[in-house]
Amino acid sequence: MGRDVISILDFKREELEELFELSDKARKLFNRKLRLLEGKVVSLAFFEPSTRTRMSFEVAAKKLGADVIGFSSEESISIAKGENLADTVRMLDSYSDLIVIRHRLEGAAKFASEIALNPVINGGDGKQHHPTQAMIDLYTVRELFGEIDGLTYAIVGDLRYGRAATSFIYALTLFKPLKVYLVSPPILRARPEVISLLKSKGIVFEELSKLDDVIREVDVMYVTRVQRERFPDPTEYEKAKGTYKVTLKLLEKAKRSLKILHPLPKVDEIELSVDSSEHAAYFLQASLGVPVRMALLAMVLGGEL
Amino acid sequence: MSEPTLVVSKIRAGTVIDHIPAGRALDVLKIIGLSGREGTRTAIIMNVESKKLGKKDIIKVEGKFLGQHEVSIIALIAPTATINIIEDFKVVKKFNVEIPEVVEEIVVCPNTTCITNKSNEPIKSRFRVLSRKPITMQCSYCGTMIAEDDLYRLIKV
Repeated sequence: MGRDVISILDFKREELEELFELSDKARKLFNRKLRLLEGKVVSLAFFEPSTRTRMSFEVAAKKLGADVIGFSSEESISIAKGENLADTVRMLDSYSDLIVIRHRLEGAAKFASEIALNPVINGGDGKQHHPTQAMIDLYTVRELFGEIDGLTYAIVGDLRYGRAATSFIYALTLFKPLKVYLVSPPILRARPEVISLLKSKGIVFEELSKLDDVIREVDVMYVTRVQRERFPDPTEYEKAKGTYKVTLKLLEKAKRSLKILHPLPKVDEIELSVDSSEHAAYFLQASLGVPVRMALLAMVLGGEL
Repeated sequence: MSEPTLVVSKIRAGTVIDHIPAGRALDVLKIIGLSGREGTRTAIIMNVESKKLGKKDIIKVEGKFLGQHEVSIIALIAPTATINIIEDFKVVKKFNVEIPEVVEEIVVCPNTTCITNKSNEPIKSRFRVLSRKPITMQCSYCGTMIAEDDLYRLIKV
């Protein structure tokens, strides 16, 4: 109650399981307007653009009866006039009962939580954390397979700068995956602190460059985008892009039960024809964003759903 | 005949930093903010024999008493150092430097997109020490890990 949500690693497995049960409940109540957070104000402080995270938090807060204020870019607020983050956070903290923050700098949400008296939820800080996305991802796996333990995962794409991929890897360390494959071009490998955590938690994992080598074993494929701007050499990008593209042809080798997750937005890393296959689970995953965030808001601001 | 030993006179009152790893005395002076222009009597003894370390450096500073902050930064670059407080030519206090569990403010995070590197914010860098031999630290804000070899260039002087 009243806690900050900065990293998925702030949570214990039991707490996440409790959150998932609350999320089940939120889905049952989905079409009702609830009054749990009536009289509360939620601030959405998005210093960096976002569609899904911001809108799903807004819908989640409104469904629980809260009022929502906020902004969705730095241009629209006093930051553009040179105000620092600390002062902006102090102001929002005095206007509202909870702040959801997204910022391009790593550690911004933690810093905000040290300033604000009310709870702060990290909606993404630079390349580091995106805890609520990780909650939705785990909840989606639980929905699809009935469990999170014992499965083989492949996390594919930009593991160095991608906060969703990083948070999902962190999240898996709270469970007992059978094996975790980290599939990326060598320059986009997971950062040292991520590898160090996997080792210390005794997770069986392997870093590799080709999805093709392990596709047969995988139960959950978590795909993220390899961004052009990460490559110093455009020809390297063109080469890498092809290697990580998920196509129906590649999926012919996969288990029939394989499910593909993607934090979205996706561009061309998944062939469009895959969208209508049995493997695609990313639209389901996106649709679970609102109930999981409802459950989290309820958990943080208190009260029974 | 044995080799002549290097004789440095005793100090009346001040600090002797002994058992500095050989070759790091100048770094230690730099991080505790002594340039020599302060006018304090200072002896820097480098690469002398040591039973404990093989070779070591020693610094003697007349009239200077180190604070907790200075002791913890010395620990980061000279973890073997011992501090002797001298009064009236005698050692009145002797202690080892100790790497704290949390290192605040002294080390700059090497990650340029870490919030602690943003200007005009009321924030200090903060690292959690993960291991002491060798030193590994992790930024409490952005998670970046630093190894002992990178540490010296990241210490604020």
